[in-house]
Amino acid sequence: MSAGVEKSTSGLNNQGSTVNRLSAENVTLAYDQRVIAERLSVAIPDNSFTVIVGPNACGKSTLLRALSRMLKPSEGRVLLDGQVIQSMPAKKVARTLGLLPQSSIAPDGITVADLVGRGRYPHQGILRQWSAEDERVVQESMRQTGVAELGDRYVDELSGGQRQRVWIAMALAQQTPLLLLDEPTTYLDIQHQIDVLDLCAELHEEQGRTLVAVLHDLNHAARYATHLIALREGRVIAEGAPKDIVTAGLVEEVFGLRCQVVDDPETGTPLVVPAARKARAHAAGGKAAATEAS
Amino acid sequence: MKTTNRAVRTPGGLSVRLDARAVTVVLLLIVAALVASVVLIGTGDFPIPAADVLRTLVGEGNPGQEFIVTELRLPRVLVGLLVGASLGLGGALFQAISRNPLGSPDVLGLGQGATAGALAVIVLGSGSANQVAAGALVGGLVTGLAIYVLAWKRGVHGYRLVLVGIGVSAIVTAVNGYLLTKSDIVDAARAVVWMTGSLDGRDWDQVWPLLALTAVLVPLVLVNARGLRMMEMGDDVSYALGVRVERVRLLLMAAAVLLTASATAAAGPVSFVALTAPQLARRLTRSPGPNLLPSLCMGAALLVVADWVSQRAFGAEQLPVGVVTGVLGGVYLLWLLVSERRAGRI
Repeated sequence: MSAGVEKSTSGLNNQGSTVNRLSAENVTLAYDQRVIAERLSVAIPDNSFTVIVGPNACGKSTLLRALSRMLKPSEGRVLLDGQVIQSMPAKKVARTLGLLPQSSIAPDGITVADLVGRGRYPHQGILRQWSAEDERVVQESMRQTGVAELGDRYVDELSGGQRQRVWIAMALAQQTPLLLLDEPTTYLDIQHQIDVLDLCAELHEEQGRTLVAVLHDLNHAARYATHLIALREGRVIAEGAPKDIVTAGLVEEVFGLRCQVVDDPETGTPLVVPAARKARAHAAGGKAAATEAS
Repeated sequence: MKTTNRAVRTPGGLSVRLDARAVTVVLLLIVAALVASVVLIGTGDFPIPAADVLRTLVGEGNPGQEFIVTELRLPRVLVGLLVGASLGLGGALFQAISRNPLGSPDVLGLGQGATAGALAVIVLGSGSANQVAAGALVGGLVTGLAIYVLAWKRGVHGYRLVLVGIGVSAIVTAVNGYLLTKSDIVDAARAVVWMTGSLDGRDWDQVWPLLALTAVLVPLVLVNARGLRMMEMGDDVSYALGVRVERVRLLLMAAAVLLTASATAAAGPVSFVALTAPQLARRLTRSPGPNLLPSLCMGAALLVVADWVSQRAFGAEQLPVGVVTGVLGGVYLLWLLVSERRAGRI
């Protein structure tokens, strides 16, 4: 029991190795016959808040699924701590790497505390079903995500923002040094989007967790990410710190959108301002017609 | 209504969390099933007071009562308990795996499949009771396998499973209709009685195989129940939590098919127990999760009570138990749903 606790806490710190804990090597990702990405290699820097961006259907969620072993690459491999992730025991992976999927179902009539408690599953066994440690971690996860007062409420009666916090609390209760989030801000209004992203930044900065998120909003990504991966058609177009890589040229290349990139007046991070409709129509009229025809 | 969880821990590192309400429900259902069993054993052309039944069960009755109790009525009651428990548990498993109350063996056509097996034996071979039971078992297993194979596409998914099951059910029902029209009147009468589900004339020959099977399957299922609880939240979440989703699902589906098929082989397709028992149990415990043990106990209690009603309610004219479970379970479920609606819950 104590060994498990030690393992999970030591996992929170970078152990000084040069090899990143999570990476994909030459993976080909496909659903049945439909190939999403070919020979794609990505390394998630330890202790980073990595955000994956790209246009719809560029394979960003698919990449996240591969990194979290939801999808088995048809070629290549995903490595976690130097081991092929598929070959590792399921619960061991679940103690190292957490995933917040896009869609999850809250069982009917489940309370917040109960749902968060389910995040303890990989730490439990048939004889050790609900230890004092489980109790403590659940309380702490709820406190960190600001849902401690909601413990006895039913999940289905919460607002969207609160619900997302509860799911994040459940992933936190898993106590994994790596946490993957698939579009955690979707369906939330702007205030709650920022709220969730602030929470992610806190988890990253204060607890040293490595976070990987797929985000739609390029400006959010540029503001919060320490490491940005820009994907298009299953290929990495650029990666690095947002201030180094986010340029008008990159946005045009990845999203096919003409824009200006200015400094965010609040944070100094790159801020993407799409070009006015008339300017875009004027400059890209011929090009747009060409791409549509193809 | 809120969680009534209590943690129980021992110094050795053992820990469990018990839902006080669920534990109470399980205990009350067990008591109800046992009381109904004793009353049922005392019921019949030769009534025996409950006290005498208990005395006979512990081996201190008079020889006459002893014969009636241990040779005639006890095995029937035991078959009822085991069939009810198997159907309740099988139904709870199917509903949890498909995440849909309609994903019950009744709706999926497992009962129909077992019926087809039994009918084939009755109509084509005029087989003995044991052969009919074997036919039903085979029919149920083949149907279960067919549903799994047809519904399997990167994991069995709820609606897919239900729709495939309904399709299979329709085909098998047609086959059953064909078999019935082909049969002569004696076989047809026997077939119809079998199809309603009945505990008449069940003896120790039916008890032992059922007991052996449940003794293996129930612990196996309960060990995997925690994984199934996680699977309520979707495949992705449970997989992320370290549940080997596909393995757990295959194992539990196989167990559910075996439980349902063997119960059907022993008593015929007793209707609605598999559909209603888990729903009733869930509404009593008011707790999320598959509620496996409460469903099991509810199935056993429901079937024995239904058997008692079927023997008593209509005088000398005994009804097959399947008729009563349909009416009793259905009405009780509707009443619960209506009263919950009034209380503002779904």
